[in-house]
Amino acid sequence: MPVTLLSVQKVAVRYGAIQAVENAELAVAAGEIVTLLGANGAGKSSLLNACMGLVPLAGGQVHFDGQRISGTRTEHVVRRGMTLTPEGRRVFPGLSVADNLAIGAAASPQLRRETAARRTEMYDLFPRLHERQKQLAGTLSGGEQQMLAIARSLMSNPKLLLLDEPSLGLAPNIVDQIFDIIAALRARGVTILLVEQNAELALDIADRGYVLAGGRIVLSGTPGELRASGLERVYLGAH
Amino acid sequence: MEYFLQQGLNALALGGTYALLGLGLAVVFSVLGLINFAHGELMTLTGYGIFYTLLMGVPYPLALLAGVLIAALAAVLMERIAFRPVRNASPTTMLLTSFAVSTILHILFQNLISARPKAIPVPDAIIGAVSVGSMQIGIIQLLSIAITAVSLLGLTLFLKKSLLGIAMRAAAEDFNVARLMGVNANMVISTAFAISGILAGIAGVLWLFQRGSVDPMMGFLPVLKAFIAVVLGGLGSLTGAVIGGFILGIIEVSLRAYLPDGMLAYRDAISLTLVILVLFFLPQGIVPRRESVR
Ligand SMILES: Nc1ncnc2c1ncn2[C@@H]1O[C@H](COP(=O)(O)OP(=O)(O)OP(=O)(O)O)[C@@H](O)[C@H]1O
Ligand SMILES: [Mg+2]
Repeated sequence: MPVTLLSVQKVAVRYGAIQAVENAELAVAAGEIVTLLGANGAGKSSLLNACMGLVPLAGGQVHFDGQRISGTRTEHVVRRGMTLTPEGRRVFPGLSVADNLAIGAAASPQLRRETAARRTEMYDLFPRLHERQKQLAGTLSGGEQQMLAIARSLMSNPKLLLLDEPSLGLAPNIVDQIFDIIAALRARGVTILLVEQNAELALDIADRGYVLAGGRIVLSGTPGELRASGLERVYLGAH
Repeated sequence: MEYFLQQGLNALALGGTYALLGLGLAVVFSVLGLINFAHGELMTLTGYGIFYTLLMGVPYPLALLAGVLIAALAAVLMERIAFRPVRNASPTTMLLTSFAVSTILHILFQNLISARPKAIPVPDAIIGAVSVGSMQIGIIQLLSIAITAVSLLGLTLFLKKSLLGIAMRAAAEDFNVARLMGVNANMVISTAFAISGILAGIAGVLWLFQRGSVDPMMGFLPVLKAFIAVVLGGLGSLTGAVIGGFILGIIEVSLRAYLPDGMLAYRDAISLTLVILVLFFLPQGIVPRRESVR
């Protein structure tokens, strides 16, 4: 039995009167690719942001690598080895590629010392970023921005990478490249929790999956089980 | 020609002061979305800091340094005590808080110190003028321009080269993602306030060179002008704040130099009209804040 890296227990997220996530239970073991599926507004991003400590929990607990991280600050979560590549890429447009990467390693003195070495690793992994290291991130193409966003999250050398809709708004061939990168990351030992609208692609690459609907986990299992239990109905909100 | 050059230097010196003040406002605005009404009081604090350290017998250059450091410290404390508790409240709440801080400090200056000006004489050594060719250039003016240039250069280097500076720019563009990457939000905001305090302090020193005294209202007018400069340059843009500051300086000095005597009283009205005219054509200011690319 591999070690559980991330464990989400009875988590709730609220924005005022809006209940975005309710009683969510989810676990990710080291070495896995787990996908979290669900329609627009199902609460996927809210759940990821809550794990990172970006939005407060209205209930429940989050443990990472054997320690409770709910209630701690985001920089502690990053230091412990979990990062999130946010939905919509969100690179810093006015900063150069190199500076965007530097921010990815800002969470602790040790990471800061390793910045140059990590950046070289990222340039090996993403040669296109290497060619564009001095370019402002806002002038990169959508695909390049997504690569930068992923590389920026990898700068802190995470054990677990949370990816929020990395294929959003990208051309099919770029999406393929992004998924190749996800596979390559797993081969390097990075565990991945992948949120995707594109369920087919996600289930192709994932070991297990969960389906969120209306803020609740309504289905979970292997890709085969999820496909067999009729994902479409869930997406249409008929759970 | 000589008169023109002379006025050009005046414009640089005055515009530089506005630029430093505007930068201070813009640095805080860029990370926190707050227009700090109490910025002028930081400048005034520098004045009183210099006044009292001189009274204690501290040598003039050190007193200036102390004045700047006091403003920086006050700015950091201001954030810690007044703004941090309302950081997640609405922008209006923060604005009102800064208004309250400004008023409280103003009343304290009046009641604990004096409503009347305190003289801070400028030492003889920097009063004279040097002749360049056939021109006489005031040492204070040169000093002001040099101090402005060094400050702008220093800040630029800090923002471009140091990780903390890069983190500040990142936070200004997308605060949540900066936090997500593990950038310490409190650290970035404290630094922004420290920088704004230092800049207000330096501007205070330059202002005192010209005026030679400090009173509770010392910071009010220059910061009001700096605010206009910031809007002119483009709210939220640091480059814009500097450009706006220099443009306002040029406008004011030109009007003072070339307006007929009878119209001098309308100087501020005319310069404001010019600013409004620019904003009419460029409503976002001269350097519009970059929208983040999604
Ligand atoms: N900051 C916020 N303030 C108020 N409501 C919010 C906020 N963020 C999200 N919500 C609401 O919470 C619910 C869940 O949103 P969330 O972004 O988590 O969904 P999602 O599954 O990520 O959707 P998508 O696939 O569109 O990204 C939605 O109803 C949304 O409107
Ligand atoms: Mg989402």
